[in-house]
Amino acid sequence: MRDARADRIDAVPESAVAFSWQRVSALMLRHLYILRRSWPRVLDLAYWPTVQMLLWGFITVFFQQHSSWVAEAAGVLISAVLLWDVLFRANLGLSLSFLEEMWARNLGQLFVSPMRPAELVTAMSLLSLIRTLISVTPAAVLALPLFDVWVFSLGPPLVAFFANLLVLGWTVGLIVSALVLRLGLGAENLAWVAIFAIAPLSGIYYPIETLPVWLQPVSWALPSAYVFEGMRAVLFEGTFRWDLLAGAVALNAVYFAAAVTFFLRMIHVARERGLLLQQGE
Amino acid sequence: MAAVGNPPIIVDSLVKRFGSVTAIDRIDFTVADGSTTALLGGNGAGKTTTLAILLGLLLPTSGSVRVLGFDMMRDRSRALRLMNFSSPYVDLPRRLSVAENLSVYGRLYGVRDLRYRIEALADDLEITAFLKRPTGDLSAGQRTRVALAKALINRPRLLLLDEPTASLDPDTADWIRRYLDRYRRDSGATILLASHNMAEVERLCDDVLMLRSGTLVDRGTPKALIARYGRRNLEEVFLDIARRPQQSAAAAAQ
Repeated sequence: MRDARADRIDAVPESAVAFSWQRVSALMLRHLYILRRSWPRVLDLAYWPTVQMLLWGFITVFFQQHSSWVAEAAGVLISAVLLWDVLFRANLGLSLSFLEEMWARNLGQLFVSPMRPAELVTAMSLLSLIRTLISVTPAAVLALPLFDVWVFSLGPPLVAFFANLLVLGWTVGLIVSALVLRLGLGAENLAWVAIFAIAPLSGIYYPIETLPVWLQPVSWALPSAYVFEGMRAVLFEGTFRWDLLAGAVALNAVYFAAAVTFFLRMIHVARERGLLLQQGE
Repeated sequence: MAAVGNPPIIVDSLVKRFGSVTAIDRIDFTVADGSTTALLGGNGAGKTTTLAILLGLLLPTSGSVRVLGFDMMRDRSRALRLMNFSSPYVDLPRRLSVAENLSVYGRLYGVRDLRYRIEALADDLEITAFLKRPTGDLSAGQRTRVALAKALINRPRLLLLDEPTASLDPDTADWIRRYLDRYRRDSGATILLASHNMAEVERLCDDVLMLRSGTLVDRGTPKALIARYGRRNLEEVFLDIARRPQQSAAAAAQ
């Protein structure tokens, strides 16, 4: 026992209570260690977006010969499926980071450390960004040699679309994580299925005006609808619709703030009910 | 900040209810600086609930808890940096290696010279040989030592332990007890532990808090409790308190 008394911590520096990027990096490191040495996990991340891209690539090839709408903008379906995967993976990336702590019965350890909930949210969001990039980048790159579609030709608007879908994915992921914390691991399937509830309303593969009139206002309450309409405006008309971007950003700001509040509230409820010690399979 | 000699734990009129069930019913106690104190009681007596409230994992219904001078309702993060916790019922990620787990938690606690600290702890707790092995591949005894390494990573001034030797063979359990005793003497830290092992409590603890049905029914040194109840050992005292009718066990002892 070499150094216990000599090195005792006798003061609490301000960094212990303020937001700490060191603690965020520690929370991320826990997941990156696993990702780094597990190539099946990395492969699994990239597998489904690539399969989706291949599927929609061949559908595009077929439609180019039979549909004047798709023929007008060859990359529309592949761009749509890749952007949809950004949303899906962003949600799953955040939810899985939280679920892995529950599966590992590690939440109790985390919450008796000086970690603050805001640091947990930040770490899960950044991990989601990393997982999303690993998932979608190979498919996006492969679309060029296979189908002559270069999604990066969307240019700067692609960054705006990506960022908005990423934040919407985080929003859904936070709500799912909060519900799983509250309801237990019996609700874990929400991580995979919840996001699909908004897929038909987001106008991923078709314009919002395709939907019944009464349903269209519901669509326009989703940031994803603005993104996919914006994507089609770029591909078909060559214009970037700032109004659509503003709509997506405004809705995302409101929804993300609400999701963070809900997540923090569920942590408070978990501390009232003793749920943080009872988690696990 | 608790000055040296001030009680590192002050619990005042603590109540915790889960719906209609009262898990903790107005308990008050302090824990002396540098002591090893035991929370004793049968299943459902309120030991784990009390530990969880002291750690900020659980919010009390009413009452106050001050840990190392900080109000746990308001200044939880400040206190948590100076304390730590180990329980066989809360895991470390099993797929991470021992070194990775210690590295993650060292960073979470803001430990300086982390590599040196991990080496020192590994040496002390005799876990160097399996630092690179996945934590989930270790035996129960090895995992307990790793959990203890995590609990000591920040050189805590207050160490809370929930059944520190549960499910360990006698040899490993004895090793853990000797280590904890040595750590407390060398570091001056305060230890509060919940245990069902009366021999362990007799050997390690200066003070014993007896809980029953969420109330604090008695306290004292192991020797004083044994003498007060006219029993041969702490286990008999425990049984005496656990099996008496609901009236004050302390009063009954008198």
